[in-house]
Amino acid sequence: MSQPLMIVGAGIAGVTSAAEAAEAGREVILVEKDPSVGGRVLRSHHYFPKMCPPSCGMEINTRRLENNPRVTVKVRTTVKRAEPVGKGWRVTLERQPDYVNQNCTACGECSKVCPAKVPDPFNLKLSEVPAIRLPHGEAWPRRFVLDRTACPAGCTKCVEVCTYKAIDLDAKPTEETVEVSAVVLATGWRPYAKEKLVELGGGLYPDVIANVELERLTAPAGPTGGKILRPSNGQAPKKVAFVQCAGSRDRNHLPYCSAVCCLASLKQATYVKNQIPDAEVTIYYIDRRTPGRNEDVLTKTTALEGVRLVKGKVGKVTRRDDGTLALRVEDVDRGQLLEATADLVVLATGMVPNLADGALFGVERDPDGFGLDDLSRGLFVAGVARRPEDVAASVRDATGAAAKAIVAAGRSA
Amino acid sequence: MDKIGLFVCTGCEIGKAIDVDALEEAGRDKGAKQFVKHACLCNPEGVALIQKAIDGGEVDAVAIAACSNRAKVAEFSFDRTKTPVERIALREQVVWTHPGGEEDTQMLAADLVRMGVAKVGRMTLPKKLDDTLDDTVLVVGGGLAGLTAANAAAGMGHPVVLVEKGEQLGGYMAGLKDVLPETPPYDRLHSNTVAALVKEVEASKQIKVLTRGTIKSITGQPGMFEVSLEANGVAQSFKAGAIVQATGSRPYDATKLGHLGYGKSPNVLTAQELDAQLGAGALKRPSDGKLPGRVLFVQCAGSRDANHLPYCSSECCATTLRQVAAIHRDHPEIECAVVYKDMRAPGQLEHFYLAVQSKPNSLFARGTIDEVQVKGDGLCARVKDSILGDELQLDADLVVLAVGMCPNSADGEAIRQVRDAKARIAKNESEEQVRQGKETVDKLGHHEGTEILNLVYRQGPDLPVLRYAFPDSHYICFPYETRRTGVYAAGTVRAPMDAAQATEDGFGAAMKAVQCISAAKRSEAVHPRAGDIGVAEFFLQRCTQCKRCTEECPFGTLNEDVKGTPEYNPWRCRRCGICLGSCPERIISFPDYSVDAIATAIKAMEVPDETEEKPRILAFLCENDALPALDEAAARGMKWNPWIRVIPVRCLGAINTVWIADSLSSGVDGVLMLGCKSGDDYQCHYIRGSELCKTRMTNVRETLSRLTLEPERVQIHEIGRNEFARIPEIFDAFAETITSVGPNPYKGF
Repeated sequence: MSQPLMIVGAGIAGVTSAAEAAEAGREVILVEKDPSVGGRVLRSHHYFPKMCPPSCGMEINTRRLENNPRVTVKVRTTVKRAEPVGKGWRVTLERQPDYVNQNCTACGECSKVCPAKVPDPFNLKLSEVPAIRLPHGEAWPRRFVLDRTACPAGCTKCVEVCTYKAIDLDAKPTEETVEVSAVVLATGWRPYAKEKLVELGGGLYPDVIANVELERLTAPAGPTGGKILRPSNGQAPKKVAFVQCAGSRDRNHLPYCSAVCCLASLKQATYVKNQIPDAEVTIYYIDRRTPGRNEDVLTKTTALEGVRLVKGKVGKVTRRDDGTLALRVEDVDRGQLLEATADLVVLATGMVPNLADGALFGVERDPDGFGLDDLSRGLFVAGVARRPEDVAASVRDATGAAAKAIVAAGRSA
Repeated sequence: MDKIGLFVCTGCEIGKAIDVDALEEAGRDKGAKQFVKHACLCNPEGVALIQKAIDGGEVDAVAIAACSNRAKVAEFSFDRTKTPVERIALREQVVWTHPGGEEDTQMLAADLVRMGVAKVGRMTLPKKLDDTLDDTVLVVGGGLAGLTAANAAAGMGHPVVLVEKGEQLGGYMAGLKDVLPETPPYDRLHSNTVAALVKEVEASKQIKVLTRGTIKSITGQPGMFEVSLEANGVAQSFKAGAIVQATGSRPYDATKLGHLGYGKSPNVLTAQELDAQLGAGALKRPSDGKLPGRVLFVQCAGSRDANHLPYCSSECCATTLRQVAAIHRDHPEIECAVVYKDMRAPGQLEHFYLAVQSKPNSLFARGTIDEVQVKGDGLCARVKDSILGDELQLDADLVVLAVGMCPNSADGEAIRQVRDAKARIAKNESEEQVRQGKETVDKLGHHEGTEILNLVYRQGPDLPVLRYAFPDSHYICFPYETRRTGVYAAGTVRAPMDAAQATEDGFGAAMKAVQCISAAKRSEAVHPRAGDIGVAEFFLQRCTQCKRCTEECPFGTLNEDVKGTPEYNPWRCRRCGICLGSCPERIISFPDYSVDAIATAIKAMEVPDETEEKPRILAFLCENDALPALDEAAARGMKWNPWIRVIPVRCLGAINTVWIADSLSSGVDGVLMLGCKSGDDYQCHYIRGSELCKTRMTNVRETLSRLTLEPERVQIHEIGRNEFARIPEIFDAFAETITSVGPNPYKGF
């Protein structure tokens, strides 16, 4: 049997590459730093253009991984070293301590007794969870995880309550070295930090939120149980402004276009209208980029009563005495300045590629930080680590990356 | 199966909430020969107990009463080819969701055990398919996507036959001198490498190239397609394992754009006509052969326009940028003006846009052009809503219309309708039929003659198409899933895209084609039940040739013989069970999912009589979204009415109505069905399952009224994977409805 392929990152791209290659008969090692697979997509409420929950497709994908004997999924694991050997790679992996081991039945007794609360990374720290908990409701693998740093000194309550001997507070990190024939880096992205957009009120005013946060505020499993509320006062907003290209297509921030934010905001405008039918929604944009048949999303959302699209770059957001937000908008077409108000401002922030693990492989990156394929070294990049793109494009890309990796491995089953 | 082992876990509070010992009788009553309880069945000791019983021949079927079939999958992954296994979700469906120690809770647990044991007893073992399968990938279309797919499939070790209808490979891209930048710094034109790819493909020993080729017919199924074609005038046939359709696109018909001057002046070109000039290094005004002083590019010419193409073709903005860059490189003195609705240069193309825009003699302005007129020997465009003013006239020597792309697809389903209609007309059985047939021919007749793949399939000769005629997948998560197993669309036939995307698409579709062959060789289904080894069995002696199964299969699995008897093609089958749901004679079964197994489970329920005031409700939950949502609701501690018994189903479309009739006639008070969304934005992973279920239920409701049963007793709800909170709402509301409707009068009959 040929050496396995390694896929680094188990978001939608990595999960796809792994499942596609494994279903074609290849051995695959899928490495993920988080305790469960699914990455960023599971933090979205709905996908455009169908407005369907990402967990639906991920349910099928996790089943594909789970039922396939050729896939090994390693969660809480990162790449520590990577060196080329022969035509492939020797990779040393480091696994975070198994404070909760495979005996865990996900019964939940430990969470009930845990005295420590931590900001919930799944909900972008917008709510708190016990230090020991299921990573989130849809998590796979279905095993609890412990944030050991949050444990009060000497506390062993979870260990005592667990009848399955699943918890070991003294677990240590482990290391292993594997040889693989080719590598796909599908390490994804992170949102451009809204705190860097001070001029737009990012990080200054609680009612200036990022698009990714609005996804959590709309999700039934989110911090508000799916209700869109102004963080400042817990009230439903009546006037919502979407600021497109917030820190994108901007030399001072991200010079490129993230390719998804227009569609994300058009989608999110429907979230607002579905929940708060009389809300006024305004989307300020430079160009409405809804390519392909996604044009339908633009057509549908624009037709909604109470949704306006205004061409203009928002230059500044300030807070007024009554707590509402004031937007200064430059209408670039007409060279005019507009003043507008809103009680919730959503910054359509872009995507920044994650390629820290890729650096260990010496992956070449473009000036914006996106990774480039290297056929000669059997090193490929898939998903948003490669190029800003939406989910459907990521999956297409990741399916292709699986093929490229198999070609590079130079063997067939 | 007559040696059923019932293994009950007492962990995760199961032992505390219910009397586990009492479940033994429930299990034995339905045929369990062994009863074993364990404090933690999923630990190595518990798993070993089960394995030992299997290995020792003590049991030939296993019912595991513990947690959901979505939990501890790896632990309970016994070899299903040797032993049927049924999971009974005592934890999620009983203990986590109902108060411990109560009679209703205990009755629920006992019922689930009875049903699970009864069901596993009726399962059979899957038979391995055994056939000689072919490794060849057939690629139809020799443009960029097809070339890439051919090369990738060959690189993965597969023989490839590449069929191109033209004389040469390379497609549209072959005529281009410059291409868009795909590598940093993304700010300049790159030279075209398609010629090199053509050479590589032509030189490959693994790829057989057939030009001037047209496909005459494709019969069979994945792993064993029989392809007959004619290439360069010579007929030939061969076997193929899977197919990539990369037939590309054609520009939108510019003669429909007379208002933009096309056809009125030779100096109005399409972007493709300009490409021909640029490729030949001969930019000129066709009227006088001179270089133009100013070129005006009209974006979205006939695109994003309800009267023409409502969609955006994705790459026209980038094409215009490429053309402006090429003109400026060769003729910096020429002025290029671009009028657009939105400049769509996503991702790293932003760098290219900036570079092109910042060159002298380029003008990019938002606006709409609603008319281009001939003015002297030049042209004049009327521009509205632009940065330059509300309305102005813009003169140009050459106007380039950035027209969109139309897929080179064939609407297989429409063609099939036309063929059926013609057959009806020829039969001449009734005037009405002839009239309807003629209507269909009038409406859809133009599709005939557009065939590309010529699949000899009951449901039509080509891939079904979606909106705007693209045979794309409907799924964001699964972009290559077509409705014909083993046939994958790639490139601009699948969706509007640029060259970089078409290349990726070629790789992706090749991956799927290779994968399909690989799965077929392992006797496994492909997506979404990847790895499933059970195939359908048809008890044809009882078939009445009603054709429901051949009509309703979403994947065109079934052909028909002359009498209308279904011919099953297992390699095309995705195991959704929609045929099983469609069959009034109940002759279609899967080894672990059959009308009989589930009917037996339903009959295994105990239905208390009316005086006990304990109604019984059966809930069929689709295992893709509804069942996971239930599991999540349970894990979150939500509670619901204890009268409900859940039966997981493969799809709402895989519910045979006899189960509902059986339930109601055995005194069950109501039947719920929870599954995925239907309609335009359907989420059903078998495409038509939810919709078909709704249609079938209309008939069920008619039956109900005949039996003077209230229609409220049968309900369908659509639910998303993330809508866990709706599970208790739906269950409890239905229980209330049943209370108000009153007991099923057929109880005790």
